[in-house]
Amino acid sequence: MKKFSLISIFLIFFFKSLSASTYSSDPQMFITELVNDAISKLSDKNIGKEEKETFIEKIALENVDINALGLYTLGELRKSTDESLLLDYQDSFKKYFLKSLTSRLSDYSDNKFEVISADKKSVNYTIVNSKILENDNQPEIKIDWRVYTKNPDKPLIRDLIVEGLSLARTQKEEFSSILSSNNNDIIALISQLEEFVKN
Amino acid sequence: MRSNKLIILFFSTILLLSSEIKAVEECFEGTSRAIFKFNMGFDNAILEPIAKGYNKLPEPIKNGTSNFTSNIATLLSIPNHLLQGNFKGAGDASASFLINTTVGIIGLANPAEKLGLKAQQEDVGQTLGAYGFQEGCYFVLPILGPTTARDTIGMLADSFIDPFAHITWREKELLGTSGNQFDYIAVKGTTAVDFRADNVTNFDSLEKNSLDLYASFKSLYLQNRENKIKNSSEVESEWGNLDN
Repeated sequence: MKKFSLISIFLIFFFKSLSASTYSSDPQMFITELVNDAISKLSDKNIGKEEKETFIEKIALENVDINALGLYTLGELRKSTDESLLLDYQDSFKKYFLKSLTSRLSDYSDNKFEVISADKKSVNYTIVNSKILENDNQPEIKIDWRVYTKNPDKPLIRDLIVEGLSLARTQKEEFSSILSSNNNDIIALISQLEEFVKN
Repeated sequence: MRSNKLIILFFSTILLLSSEIKAVEECFEGTSRAIFKFNMGFDNAILEPIAKGYNKLPEPIKNGTSNFTSNIATLLSIPNHLLQGNFKGAGDASASFLINTTVGIIGLANPAEKLGLKAQQEDVGQTLGAYGFQEGCYFVLPILGPTTARDTIGMLADSFIDPFAHITWREKELLGTSGNQFDYIAVKGTTAVDFRADNVTNFDSLEKNSLDLYASFKSLYLQNRENKIKNSSEVESEWGNLDN
């Protein structure tokens, strides 16, 4: 019995440590906790660049709907693309996304965020409104987070809307331009994504 | 002579905007990409260094400059609010301009905002959009940057209805006030530097992370104009069947 209790205690601690970066299921709290966690890590001078990058990748993989984002940015082509090519694309997109996210977050890590409110749009979506506070080099920036809530226990980020400009839509239109100048050849897009990751 | 120009402007508007060209289509992409490249060179060599220098100025000077140029831009918003039938907007913009020009010392301060009068900026391109005119095709102008057929027509029309352009660019007297073309260029140039200085990090981040910078700028420009016409930054869901 004593042995069983010890195992239980061990298991509780083990799973608690594993889920240390699990955030609230309430969309507004989810974004607040996630952003605060990210800022405290990124602004911590005792943590090295590599560890910060690993941390960003981990929270992105757990909390951003990267697969859906990849399919969305591919536009209509996703419907007619061969499944194995689609898998190759999603793999390349994930690597590209994580690299560009790390770079973007590093650019903004010195800023102060404030989560303001949340607006439930449907069963599937809640928009969480936040802002980057004004500093010497930039005015206040309004950032809205499109949170996918189909699974209410596990909200996922699908888009960041900066001053009304959707990053997912911008990415989609950028990919669409690359595809249209390459006869809608997804392999050309995949190689450009891989090129970006390599450099 | 002036009425002839207005007639030409009116007919070119009808011709350009009633065409079947879709918003995202390009007028002449190759040329636009070449001009975009030139503009980026101009930005790297001239605008960005000036903007970075401007960012080093004391905060009160930057705020004063930003307030001053925004206050002048309010003059163009007033007739556009009226043309859109937004009389409250026109009233707010007029009150904002009067308060900031007098109490705010020629617009250097923004006391109107503290009174709850936030003047929304409007131009003829937005007014045409509010009337239901489509964007027409997209292209890039040297120095001036991204635009569409509708916004170019709008920009030309702006110079006819903007009281500030009337006084400065056209060098006409209005209510005892006069100016010259240098004043116009100085204010527009300062507005550009102020905007670029506010977006140093955003531009750097975009440049670093874009696979096709031209397409990114195009998307951001079109989204921004769409929001300004709707007077809302609400992004409609385009996720379609990915939600199922």
